[in-house]
Amino acid sequence: MNMASLAGQLLQYIVTGVTIGSIYAMVAIGFNIIYNVTEIINLAQGEFVMLGGLVMVSLHMLWKLPLIAAFPVTVVIVTGIGLLMNYAAIRPIRRPTVLTLIIATIAASMIIKGAAMLIWGTDSFDLTAFSGRTPILIAGAAIQPQYFWVIGFLVVIVAGLTFFFDKTIIGKAMSACSENAAAAQLVGIDVRWMVLLSFALSAAIGAIAGITMTPIALMDYDRGAMLAIKGFGAAVLGGLGSFPGAIVGGLMMGLIESLGAGFLWSGYKDAYALAALLIVLFIRPSGIMGNRDVIRFKRF
Amino acid sequence: MLRFSKIPIVVLAGFLLIFPLVCTGISALHGYISLMVFAGIYCLITIGLSLLMGYAGQISLGHAAFFGIGAYVSGIATVRFGVNPWFCMAGGMLVAAMVAALIGAPSFRLKGHYLAMATLAFGLIVNIVFREESAWTGGPDGLSRIPGLRLSGFMFNSTIRFYYLVWVIVLAAFLFAINVLQSPAGRALRALHTSETAAKSMGIDIARYKIMIFVFSAVLASLAGSLYAHFMRFINPSTFNLLFSIKLLIMITLGGMQSLWGAIVGTVLVTFLSMEWLQFFQEYESIVFGGILLLALIFLPEGLTGLPNMLAGRGKK
Amino acid sequence: MTAASTTAPHAVLRVEDLVVSFGGLAALMNVNFDVTQGTIHAVIGPNGAGKTTLFNVITGYLNPTEGTVFFEEHPITGLKERQVAALGISRTFQTVELFDNMTVLENVMIGWHRHIRSSLWACGLGLPFIRRQEAELRRKAMDILDFIGLADQAEDRADSLPLGARRILEIGRALATQPRLVCLDEPAAGLNETETETAAHLIRAIRDRGVTVLLVEHDIRMIMGISDRIVVLNYGEKIAEGTPAQIQADTAVIEAYLGDSGAGVYA
Repeated sequence: MNMASLAGQLLQYIVTGVTIGSIYAMVAIGFNIIYNVTEIINLAQGEFVMLGGLVMVSLHMLWKLPLIAAFPVTVVIVTGIGLLMNYAAIRPIRRPTVLTLIIATIAASMIIKGAAMLIWGTDSFDLTAFSGRTPILIAGAAIQPQYFWVIGFLVVIVAGLTFFFDKTIIGKAMSACSENAAAAQLVGIDVRWMVLLSFALSAAIGAIAGITMTPIALMDYDRGAMLAIKGFGAAVLGGLGSFPGAIVGGLMMGLIESLGAGFLWSGYKDAYALAALLIVLFIRPSGIMGNRDVIRFKRF
Repeated sequence: MLRFSKIPIVVLAGFLLIFPLVCTGISALHGYISLMVFAGIYCLITIGLSLLMGYAGQISLGHAAFFGIGAYVSGIATVRFGVNPWFCMAGGMLVAAMVAALIGAPSFRLKGHYLAMATLAFGLIVNIVFREESAWTGGPDGLSRIPGLRLSGFMFNSTIRFYYLVWVIVLAAFLFAINVLQSPAGRALRALHTSETAAKSMGIDIARYKIMIFVFSAVLASLAGSLYAHFMRFINPSTFNLLFSIKLLIMITLGGMQSLWGAIVGTVLVTFLSMEWLQFFQEYESIVFGGILLLALIFLPEGLTGLPNMLAGRGKK
Repeated sequence: MTAASTTAPHAVLRVEDLVVSFGGLAALMNVNFDVTQGTIHAVIGPNGAGKTTLFNVITGYLNPTEGTVFFEEHPITGLKERQVAALGISRTFQTVELFDNMTVLENVMIGWHRHIRSSLWACGLGLPFIRRQEAELRRKAMDILDFIGLADQAEDRADSLPLGARRILEIGRALATQPRLVCLDEPAAGLNETETETAAHLIRAIRDRGVTVLLVEHDIRMIMGISDRIVVLNYGEKIAEGTPAQIQADTAVIEAYLGDSGAGVYA
């Protein structure tokens, strides 16, 4: 293998890694939004991604809705499912402890996944790429235009959330809830509404991740769990609750996975990032960007 | 005072003793004996999980991995190296204990959801190793011709014999767990679940207890895995996947996490549901079990074993 | 309980130049004082004076920014909560942290945790020495319940008790750890007059058994009645120290109280 093609290959893996990592980062952001407001780890987060992909496939491929129209409709539908989940699986829990709430989200994810299997079957579905599939050749690497869409949407989401949390009243109220729910309640913020909103936001972000990744990786009913685990991993790697951490963690997970699968054994693709995560937890349990104290004082 | 009454335990032992005799008599129930073998094997895991999750309040989403470690240590060592199965069983437990300590130590240093994450990641990695290291594990096709168990000439070569072997071990583990709960160690576990702050002021080494109980539950899961391997004579990676870890969760949630009896009741029930009574619903498995889990969380916060108490409480009102 | 030292009274606890600041905000500033063996030593001050912070530092729940705490001449700052407890410092909490899912008796029995054997193996196998140990613990715990007057409720669940009894039980549990120093964080908060009376009796009885008591309290009347010595904190600084009589006459103290939380403190 000559140097040029090795460099090209490396670039290819890096770009792929950043793209996958962007998806993980989106999922991790979804985790953090719900976690910060409620301290719930929503293990159904991956199902939102799966639903985003499959609903979009149905709307666009089956019902011939143009991409630009199908996109928002999909986001709205998945957001609705996120709200429904909050009403049906989170609120009714009689003894909401961390343990029971995690289990409740697992139950919800099993139900969503099972329903998706009944609706879409076990096949994998493809979706039209947003800007075609003619690869762009850069320095020996062939890059799908869709990759840029994925990375671009991560940037848009991050910019949007930054604006939302810093500049809007609702966003500020949500931040207040994450810092101290009791105090937020005292100043008149309806915490239940904020919880609902956090589920809506997470579901919407999950849907966007699912829509943008499907043209690259296809989608089937069974993908949610692995996406949730990688996203959860990214969130923990970056420091649970931290948004910059989610992005760094997501990108790292994506890169480790892509480079590991490319240069080492591809059969272990799903193991590399998780193994790296375990090692990081071992050395620095609060994650890369996590603040030790913040984590210590979060209730369990 | 936490006290386990002796009468139900004797009743359980009596029931287990005559169960196979009844089943062999009624042909429709013939298959129930082997179902009970599986239920017993799973009970070993859920007894440990009940201590870990119900009493000490720590969540594990990766116990399928420890179950798998036991099964594969037994499978590989007997098939590839011809080691005595009983040694393999002990070896598996030792490996599981060491791995659990390694995973548990960092996860317990901080509060939060780290054990959930660490066990989840660990479970997946172990499953991938089972699938990929085919030179050892047989890969996705699995490992066959695992020998059965024998005790100085006595072969556990029928389902009934295995049934008694498994349930004697389960009862021993059950009694062990009961003893733990009624002792200073059990008090310490329940204490750290209720208030870590106060437990520390009592001089209780919280991390040590969490790790200890995590290791204990891993060892039980590994023992279960070895028994499974020698009963089935065949293992493959799909038995030890994430779904199985979640099924374990369903078992103890449905039975009642805060009660050791819940582990037994929930495990037997879910085993029969998933392997026999809900066989028609195979396609709906995910929805059905997700639904059962959710309904249990909503309507039976103390699980099935908490039902009498709940009804009594309602009656009073 | 613990045999009191027969030598001259010495400082069982010494707080030296303690500074605690949270992100630039000083909660404690250069606090110094000694606690004499076998006395009841109170820390008072208006809300936000840093009393609970001080307690958290002494018992290892918080690391100070600067300064040292000595227990029986050994520095204990930087030790973990559990290690501090193991040295013989026990505490209660303002918020009452009982083990609610256990009985009253079990709550007290757990106090002996660091003095007994509790290996998982021995417990699981139900070895005879564990059984003997349990029986003995039960007897000792009943003695404590007799002492604090909760023997009749021994088999009740801790969360079924009224607040007064819960605070008393928490003190009993702290005693069960065989401490040489107990730190009581507002033992009378939320109690009615009779309950406060009971708590005060109990605190005196504890001292009379040779255990040093350090206490934070809002109820000034109770403090003046039972304390041997009082430290007054205001905005993280020690503004006065002395006997109850000296404190009552101290102008700085009166000013701090009247200036901060208004009149009626001595009512």
